[in-house]
Amino acid sequence: MKNRSLVSINDYSKEEILRLLDVAAEFEENTVQPVLTDKVIASLFFEPSTRTRLSFETAINRLGARVIGFSDSSSSSTTKGETLKDTVIMVSNYADLIVMRHPLEGSARYASEQSSVPIVNAGDGANQHPTQTLLDLYSIKKTQGTLENLNIFMVGDLKYGRTVHSLLMAMTHFNPTFYFIAPDELRMPKEYRQLLEKMNIPYYEKTEMDNLNEADILYMTRVQKERFSDLMEYERVKNAYILQNSMLNNTRNNLRILHPLPRVNEIHTDVDANPKAYYFTQAENGVYVRMAIIAMILGIK
Amino acid sequence: MSTQKQLQVSAIENGTVIDHIPAGSLFAVISILGLDKIPNQITFGANLESGKLGKKAIIKVADKFFENDEINKISLVAPHAKLNIIRNYEVAEKKDVEVPDEIIGIVKCFNPKCITNNETVVTRFRVEDKKNIALKCRYCEKITTRQEILMING
Repeated sequence: MKNRSLVSINDYSKEEILRLLDVAAEFEENTVQPVLTDKVIASLFFEPSTRTRLSFETAINRLGARVIGFSDSSSSSTTKGETLKDTVIMVSNYADLIVMRHPLEGSARYASEQSSVPIVNAGDGANQHPTQTLLDLYSIKKTQGTLENLNIFMVGDLKYGRTVHSLLMAMTHFNPTFYFIAPDELRMPKEYRQLLEKMNIPYYEKTEMDNLNEADILYMTRVQKERFSDLMEYERVKNAYILQNSMLNNTRNNLRILHPLPRVNEIHTDVDANPKAYYFTQAENGVYVRMAIIAMILGIK
Repeated sequence: MSTQKQLQVSAIENGTVIDHIPAGSLFAVISILGLDKIPNQITFGANLESGKLGKKAIIKVADKFFENDEINKISLVAPHAKLNIIRNYEVAEKKDVEVPDEIIGIVKCFNPKCITNNETVVTRFRVEDKKNIALKCRYCEKITTRQEILMING
């Protein structure tokens, strides 16, 4: 991983993922490890994303590095018409690593080809967001003790949700069984279903969120109104994908509920106090995972 | 030439004949191969009768012999094109075109939100399906299918 950009979750092998999760656990054990005091890290957010940016900048600060950058393209030279290429080449002369969020798909791969220092993709439009996937994997491993042989339930917008697609790809290393729960209009795309069939990974599809008692992980996503071509259809299904505390009565003790956040109403607030609710800790885990990613790319761990 | 039929496009002494181009793809082939930018003598016929294709096009380029990498680019728009290498008015060699593993710089990514459609970036695709043509963008990772292919105007 040393000196290599992280653009897509597919850039890391199974072994690299597992090693990274071990290093993240070390950072959780001991968060005060200022191993990068001589480093400058650029945080280039061409579109705002408060949660991801704060998580990265917390990780950078905890590692003892300095952070430069911007949180919105309106405060960068992009408003003067500078190309991404020029911005990236210029910043890579200043910093040891670039964390980048950009609204255009493929911008991170392109930046990694232009930059003389590694790029960590913090989201390129609807394409990839690999650090989210790695923190999802970390949360699953931490709560289940393993990544192998789990029943993963994915609920909500499975068509456009990039987090579920990346998590699906990453989990294929670990012999999972998938349960996809989504309205017809937002079902898991054919390319992913075909991939699972090719790999002999079982999956089940449902439109109703009932019978959650087989689940080890319940991965919730938001069903957004703007994704529907038929608003009547949206009105009809919108309440079917809201998780209520009462639905967790007969579920497994080891079940944990994950959500990439921000949540709107797809998880009722009465779930928050349930010990199976894990989404806020999941977000916290993001800091340790991002510490591990940055430290390993810069060759410290 | 040994054929007794009347030629619809006059013969060349040396060079390459690209036959069995779908009629609608003639100008795409010319553009992909950059034939509009070379000094060679070129003759072409459009909307010719063809048993196989209905209407076909044919291009004859004098004194030009294409490398495989170069000619295979036209497979996206003329998958059944046949090449006749002509030496001294005789067909010296026949070749088919093959879909390459990677397509660089000739096709637009169909995804309007792809970086390649918003900044000057040379497009690169891995060919995921050679039969039906599915091109995976190196950047946005989306698939451009045969129906969605648009050529970048050279």
